[in-house]
Amino acid sequence: MNESRRAWVATRKGLFELARKGTGWEVARVSFLAEPVSMVLPPTAGGRMLAALNLGHFGVKVHASDDAGATWHEVATPAYPPQPADATGVAWKLVQIWALESIGGTVWAGTLPGGLFRSADGGDSWQLVDSLWSRPERAEWFGGGYDVPGIHSIFAHPTRPGELLVGVSCGGVWGSRGGATQWELQARGMRAEFMPPERADDQNIQDPHAIACCAAHPESLWCQHHNGIFRSTDGSASWQELKAPLSSFGFAVAAHPSEPNTAWFVPAVKDERRVPVNAALVVNRTRDGGRSFESLRQGLPQQDCYDLVYRHGLAVDDSGTALLMGSTTGHLWASDDGGDHWDSTCAHLPPIYAVRFG
Amino acid sequence: MARIVFTQQLRRFTETPEVDAPVGRLREALQAAFDINPRLQGYVLDEQGHLRANVVVFIDGQRSQDRVALNDVLRADSQVHVLQALSGG
Repeated sequence: MNESRRAWVATRKGLFELARKGTGWEVARVSFLAEPVSMVLPPTAGGRMLAALNLGHFGVKVHASDDAGATWHEVATPAYPPQPADATGVAWKLVQIWALESIGGTVWAGTLPGGLFRSADGGDSWQLVDSLWSRPERAEWFGGGYDVPGIHSIFAHPTRPGELLVGVSCGGVWGSRGGATQWELQARGMRAEFMPPERADDQNIQDPHAIACCAAHPESLWCQHHNGIFRSTDGSASWQELKAPLSSFGFAVAAHPSEPNTAWFVPAVKDERRVPVNAALVVNRTRDGGRSFESLRQGLPQQDCYDLVYRHGLAVDDSGTALLMGSTTGHLWASDDGGDHWDSTCAHLPPIYAVRFG
Repeated sequence: MARIVFTQQLRRFTETPEVDAPVGRLREALQAAFDINPRLQGYVLDEQGHLRANVVVFIDGQRSQDRVALNDVLRADSQVHVLQALSGG
């Protein structure tokens, strides 16, 4: 598998397209300059891609491109149905698009305040997945980092059509069979110290900050959770807690596309102090299923560094060797050797929400 | 006829017609503009039909009161300005 030649950076002030230049990357194009881009879906082979905007005054908007980002046009925005007068809990109003995935011809959008939407026409129209939205457990979900809960991770099983997995902050991990018609909680083994002790093991209130899946071995899943790092080797039927060096707290996780025992994490001090440990940025990598970790530092700032890498701010390409990492203070780093060495690609981007290859 | 004017900031995203709307409620006046440009509605109202949290409407210099049903009354010569609220900036 060749290394990727193109990548995308969604930021607080625009969408940046990256292209290979020599051994590094350069900004090849900027779209939506000055507008918040909460998520990007990289182009299909035919050039179709989506960008989710979160305009400060005028709401969430979705734009599509049919020429891999050269030109854009606005398409339909996922919209919640009319809220029944007796509906309690969060308002049925779209706050943000937090996840976009294209799986077998269907585009999925994970949103705040917790709705999953699907599109069968590349984003031209959207339908709320009512089977999840109408689950009574949703009333117990709550916001993690935002005022309302949201879906940030979406995976489909590569060989079992109709099986979907979504991560909710804070609402646990949900798996579906039958093409997203039936759902069940799949967060057994996670724990939540932010809850009263008697609720700590409640699967429905877990805060999985981000979930990553090994594409070639989808039973291998990794979760950077609010309370640490968890791994599943049985397709999310159960989760086991791991301990990483420096700190097990963080937001981002990336899973190797073909090696099920390899994953990357970016530690921060802890919940109430979201900065790098000792003001030095590191990436924790495991290659043995989480039994041990290496703290990778070469090329990353090792003093006076307060960059935080948010949940979609770390990505690995299909080769498993190229990585990108972007921080909420607008610094972007790249590695071409699985994280052993990092180069500063750009130090002055807007706050980075998401990095993606493709 | 009440006159409704949208902030120029919206022109970055979609067309903003200046509308002379029939006298009545604010919702009816906004609808007259949305009838000309349906895409404009999603920028001003959310999917429940409420005024977006960071959009503000002034009627004859006074901020509108009803952000949900949009039942503020317009006079025959009312000047309606639809603006971005600084809270959203």
